[in-house]
Amino acid sequence: MRVIGMIDQIRMRRDRRNLLALLAPGMLWLLAFFALPLVIILLYSILTNGPRGAIVWQPTLENYRTLFTQTIYVNAYLRSIRISLETTLICLLLGYPLALFIVRQPAHWRTLLIFLVLIPFWTNFLVRIYAWQIILANNGLINGGLTALGLTPLALLNTEGATLLGLVYGELPFMVLPLYAALARFDFTQLEAAADLGANRWQAFWRVMVPQTMPGIVAGSVLVFIPTLGQFVVAELLGGAKVDYLGNLIQRLFLRSNPINWPLGSALAVIMMVILLALIFWYFRVTREDER
Amino acid sequence: MSDTPAIELHDVVKQFGATYAVDHVSLQVGDGEFFSLLGPSGCGKTTTLRMIAGFEYPSHGEVLIHGRAMAATPPHRRPVNTVFQSYALFPHMSVAQNVAFGLQMKGVPKHELGPRVQAALEMVRLDGFDQRRPREMSGGQQQRVALARALVNQPEVLLLDEPLGALDQKLRKEMQFELKRLQHRVGITFIFVTHDQEEALTMSDRIAVMNQGKVLQVGSPTEIYERPTCRFVADFIGETNFIEGQVVAHDGGYATIQSHDGLELRGVTPRPVSVGAHATLSLRPEKARLLTPDQAQSVQETFRLAVKVELVSYIGSDTRITVRLNAQRTLDVWEQNTRSTLDRNAYWQPGEDAVLVCPPENALVLVE
Repeated sequence: MRVIGMIDQIRMRRDRRNLLALLAPGMLWLLAFFALPLVIILLYSILTNGPRGAIVWQPTLENYRTLFTQTIYVNAYLRSIRISLETTLICLLLGYPLALFIVRQPAHWRTLLIFLVLIPFWTNFLVRIYAWQIILANNGLINGGLTALGLTPLALLNTEGATLLGLVYGELPFMVLPLYAALARFDFTQLEAAADLGANRWQAFWRVMVPQTMPGIVAGSVLVFIPTLGQFVVAELLGGAKVDYLGNLIQRLFLRSNPINWPLGSALAVIMMVILLALIFWYFRVTREDER
Repeated sequence: MSDTPAIELHDVVKQFGATYAVDHVSLQVGDGEFFSLLGPSGCGKTTTLRMIAGFEYPSHGEVLIHGRAMAATPPHRRPVNTVFQSYALFPHMSVAQNVAFGLQMKGVPKHELGPRVQAALEMVRLDGFDQRRPREMSGGQQQRVALARALVNQPEVLLLDEPLGALDQKLRKEMQFELKRLQHRVGITFIFVTHDQEEALTMSDRIAVMNQGKVLQVGSPTEIYERPTCRFVADFIGETNFIEGQVVAHDGGYATIQSHDGLELRGVTPRPVSVGAHATLSLRPEKARLLTPDQAQSVQETFRLAVKVELVSYIGSDTRITVRLNAQRTLDVWEQNTRSTLDRNAYWQPGEDAVLVCPPENALVLVE
């Protein structure tokens, strides 16, 4: 027994060494590009900002206090959360019917349509947002058309509506893809079964289809909400940078404010991460419940 | 029970593009009947069922449920419930929630739900399973949940789309029995779609045999098996020997045909025939007898064919013998092993000479 036990121990030790060797590249990568930057941000967020943006090695919670007390920051959080929720909701309302439509097509059309959903990714996001500027500008495509028809041009660019449009436009594929995956797994006989048991279309949709595609709805919502919360390009280029969103504030504190304030920017980023982490935990809870 | 048929189909057609899935079908199913639609896959039996359920609408013709036309009634307003081939249980709901679904949709008050769900689960012997999820149950149990989910609504007609197809042989037999018991108890009309002829024969009061969208014959299991009116039905239900030829004489429900290899054979005619018509004689293997040439001398049966035993398969209850009639033709004969014996001489041996005899009332002459 003793001998066997020793052999087992040696084998286990060797297995563990092999496992470490296999995991090492990945762990190093994560350490260098994920853990380290995270630690730096966490660290900076409790340091003091010195003159001309220098970092003073003096621990403080002042940054967090500022963020929770000054209205400019609190408002930016609320505004960001609001527009992210709006973006997510609109993407869901547009994405669900679209994904449903694609799933119901014959197989060869399905592939083509999903391919079309992905095509915008072939062009840089910034370029596509500039294109929207051209479309929405005062002398742009839409207003050009309106003028030609003898109608009054509309102020489209540099509005919150334009920001929302740009965000929805950019994030829609991230909503459609998980919804498509969820709907492709859905057995449409279920709707017939619901109808057979007396459910009208509306009831069948809410009580049978939505619950069964919930993992796709949640995944799509998380995938849209997370990047939208930190977005700054769209608000700047289409919204005219009139109001501050989280992403714009972080970007400004790190690069453009006078003086720049990395500790405050880091604290801002940390709080954003906390919000997102909470969201992701909720996501895993919902999807796990479904598997039960 | 009322005199109005539970289901009537009047000249129903369902076209998908250029193909006729259901081709001018008319049927009447009586109240409380166990009625089967039997046929090979693609024969239109499921499409017929789906038109009764309301998932498809006829391209032509009419579906009536207890005398009420259903042309403008969507599935959720029809007084029928379906047991789906795949069961289509709701995976995100417990067994009790699945069964309660139909009642909730009908607006049954909350306090009535519990007792009615319980009663339905007891009826299919699943009491105590109410909190399980469908995926935690075996195929047979899921099948019974599907039954409870449909029957709890007290439909006028229960539609069953190959409900036993996914079960193994033993469970199938159990569920056949269970279904009969349930139907007896609830007294609801059952319309049962199956491609399994044995299943249809065991369970049905009446059977409609379908092929290529058409109903070929409607009748009781005995009628369908003993008096098939066409070659397809004789072939699809059970096994049979076919001998093709031409009608040379007929009288009083019998006809004689002459086969291409010169045999003259007599049999019952389920449908009128005329001399010269192309016809097929159908002879079920269990309805013929094999005798030794000596025994045959004392037997007065019209059908006498001298044959040679070619192949003998002992399968327990029966012995299945293939005999050769001539260079072109072999016939199958099944003998029941009524005696328990190990004596080799009690069974036929390949190479033996024999006489195949059969009274003409056991053979059928079919015309197309």
